[in-house]
Amino acid sequence: MLSKAKLWLGLALSTLMFWSAGLQAAWELNMPRGVTQMSRDTYGLHMTIFWWVVAIGVVVFGAMLWSIIHHRKSKGAKPATFHESTKVEIVWTLIPFLILIMMAIPATRVLTAAYDTGDSELDIQITGYQWRWEYTYMREDMNEEEVSFFSILSTSREEIDNSIEKSENYLLDVDRPMVIPTDTKVRFLMTSADVLHAWWVPDFAIKKDTIPGFINETWVIVEEPGVYRGQCAELCGMEHGFMPIVVHALPPEEYDAWYAEQQQAAAEIRELANAELSMEDAMAQGEQIYNQNCVACHQAGGVGMPPVFPAIAGSEKATGDRLVTMDTLVNGVDGTAMAAYGRQLNPIQLAAVITFVRNAFGNDTGDLVQPTEVNAYIQEGQ
Amino acid sequence: MSAAHDHHHGPAKGITRWLFTTNHKDIGSMYLWFSFAMFLLGGTFALVIRAELFQPGLQFVEPNFFNQMTTMHGLIMVFGAVMPAFVGLANWMIPLMIGAPDMALPRMNNWSFWILPFAFAMMVSTLFMEGGGPNFGWTFYAPLSTTYGPPSTTFFIFAVHILGASSIMGAINVIATILNMRAPGMTLMKMPLFVWTWLITAYLLIAVMPVLAGVVTMMLFDIHFGTAFFDAAGGGDPVLFQHLFWFFGHPEVYIMILPAFGIVSAIIPTFARKRLFGYDSMVYATASIAFLSFIVWAHHMFTVGMPLAGQLFFMYATMLIAVPTGVKVFNWVATMFRGSMTFETPMLFAIAFVVLFTIGGFTGVMLAITPVDFQYHDTYFVVAHFHYVLVPGAVFSLMAAAYYWLPKWTGYMYDETLGKLHFWLSFIGVNLLFFPQHFLGLAGMPRRIPDYALQFADFNWISSVGGFLFGFSQLILLFVIIKCIRGGKKATAQVWEGAQGLEWTVPSPAPYHTFETPPDPALIKAQ
Repeated sequence: MLSKAKLWLGLALSTLMFWSAGLQAAWELNMPRGVTQMSRDTYGLHMTIFWWVVAIGVVVFGAMLWSIIHHRKSKGAKPATFHESTKVEIVWTLIPFLILIMMAIPATRVLTAAYDTGDSELDIQITGYQWRWEYTYMREDMNEEEVSFFSILSTSREEIDNSIEKSENYLLDVDRPMVIPTDTKVRFLMTSADVLHAWWVPDFAIKKDTIPGFINETWVIVEEPGVYRGQCAELCGMEHGFMPIVVHALPPEEYDAWYAEQQQAAAEIRELANAELSMEDAMAQGEQIYNQNCVACHQAGGVGMPPVFPAIAGSEKATGDRLVTMDTLVNGVDGTAMAAYGRQLNPIQLAAVITFVRNAFGNDTGDLVQPTEVNAYIQEGQ
Repeated sequence: MSAAHDHHHGPAKGITRWLFTTNHKDIGSMYLWFSFAMFLLGGTFALVIRAELFQPGLQFVEPNFFNQMTTMHGLIMVFGAVMPAFVGLANWMIPLMIGAPDMALPRMNNWSFWILPFAFAMMVSTLFMEGGGPNFGWTFYAPLSTTYGPPSTTFFIFAVHILGASSIMGAINVIATILNMRAPGMTLMKMPLFVWTWLITAYLLIAVMPVLAGVVTMMLFDIHFGTAFFDAAGGGDPVLFQHLFWFFGHPEVYIMILPAFGIVSAIIPTFARKRLFGYDSMVYATASIAFLSFIVWAHHMFTVGMPLAGQLFFMYATMLIAVPTGVKVFNWVATMFRGSMTFETPMLFAIAFVVLFTIGGFTGVMLAITPVDFQYHDTYFVVAHFHYVLVPGAVFSLMAAAYYWLPKWTGYMYDETLGKLHFWLSFIGVNLLFFPQHFLGLAGMPRRIPDYALQFADFNWISSVGGFLFGFSQLILLFVIIKCIRGGKKATAQVWEGAQGLEWTVPSPAPYHTFETPPDPALIKAQ
């Protein structure tokens, strides 16, 4: 009996050691400590509560195990006859109550600090879309060039379909990460363009829902430069698992340089919108945009998933009047999952993808749509 | 009167026995079989989920179908498996426990059962409709379920209406039976705890099922009649949906656990051969939990951006639930302490219930702490938490109940060896399945995703292995039940040496009609 118990103990211990020493990130057992004061406070609180419940568990399960071992009929145990005690009931009502008060005090302190969103040095608006994030940097001077961009999963479909090997940051990579300065209080203003999403970066201990028609706020002061990854945490439809978040935290001077670069790039794109697009360029760029933005619903080959996501191949909207195609892309379709891309893509990208859907999948209309035409259409709409 | 009226009424022959029956035992059996069928169906959907999550990458199903599976798994397990199973036990056992000849409203009883198969036929049929079934999670948050929902959402709404009506009728019947049909001498404070917990559960059902019906009706109007209850663009409020849903949803989780407390409070004293410790405090604790369940709903919504005062209120109120729940656990342990225990299958399930439900309770306290909940919310940590309270919690209690009362229902003892095998495989399977999910959640894996980053791969395959082990082990239960119905060792009326209560004073199997005359008041003892 004793040797059997030893064997089990040994097995349990070696399992524990294997897990604790398990040594790869793959066997991560606990919450990250993170890189902000808030995340460290949250981690501390998590561990405090954890050890409290472990202690309670040891006492309760210990008493139970003792009874199971010693008070069994096969060992000749005779049942006692006691069955109530008001004193005992009061004791085990009061003790948990006191423990809960001890838990509530630090919890209240940490939560109150999390709500202190004042005195931010930089404000970034986060807008959730099916299935991407838009980051807009708030300007103090409205004459300045605006920095605003979409951040989309950059893991390839081939990796997801298991046809090629998965990269290190599988499903956690984006084309354009959010960039923020370290040691700076950054406030996030969060909303959504369609359904609920939730913006979550575990290393910051921030998770907040983005809700259409509402603006939520939260804040962060990141203390270490680095790349921090997270995911959408609120079910937002088909591609919910495929809208990661990547944040680059840069030292303030590097951040300033990055920001200036972005402003310049935004100005250049406005210039380029007046240029002519060739058919080859439009089709090549259009295909790329289609694969990033449209393929989840309308599928490879433009076959769609009717009736919710209609086919593009041979559709009236893609092969008929080009203004109808333009309207669908720019303004979206009310009451459906088709988003308004007029704000999500720039006029060059819009022209390219409109040209693409009107010529790909056997839709050979031969139409080439120019950025200037799209721009004019958008201006007219406003 | 003719002589034909005087002889003992047995069940009618053939299918009409089941279609037209008003007998609480027949209806109870139908509820239990129906819920078991739904348990296997919902479990099959869960295995589709676990198969897809066995490895990173998309292998078996499309993301849209994956979402339909998570949604249907949740809806079927909550509304089709766990709730009807408890109603089935209530039908069978409450009249036997309080010395009543039948339920108070037998025709309504028939109706409340028979609309259920239609509700679930409608709900499951959405999977075959164009555009697929509901894919927005069992919590069906707007506007994903309204503006962005598939066309089949309307059928889902009607199915919820029907099963809600069924639940409300079942609850009315339970209350009417308990308050009006107790045998002389069966005072409220002498009722078995299973009866008490069901009485309180029935009030919760009547309070919150109409709220659920209201929410889905508002969805129906948003989808078809141009209203904008949950559409911000029309002046509505998506967060309102969550407040309404969880005002239903939180009491709902206690609807699924309070009767389980009652079952465990019957089984532990039987196999410890010792009276339940602290009967009165168990009753008060149950009532306290029911009351608190109405004022904690927004702890499901800590990330929607409530004001600080709201967050604090819901945090404190939620933490308070630990007090009466703790009292219950301490009382069970005190009942076992200095008893004379044996460990037949029902007792094994009951002990596993106390341990594993308590683990679910511990993570519940952790989740109540608002700032830490920001990290846990919508991750696999939450999935692990609520599966611990629902599977080795509610579902284990149902299995314990099935083994405990099977001899009374069938007249035969079940196969103890197979029962124990079923227990141990389920116990190991369920822990392999759900314990690693705590780690996944803490490491950052969101719930409801069909594919995941590489660092989550190892615990996911362990979880999937546990899932298949647990799932296939349930076929043993099916086999044991069928075997027990077909024969075996004859059961005595008492069945278990330490069993107390009126149900053990009638023969095994319980005759078609019982307590046509009230039982001898001397048989009714304090619990």
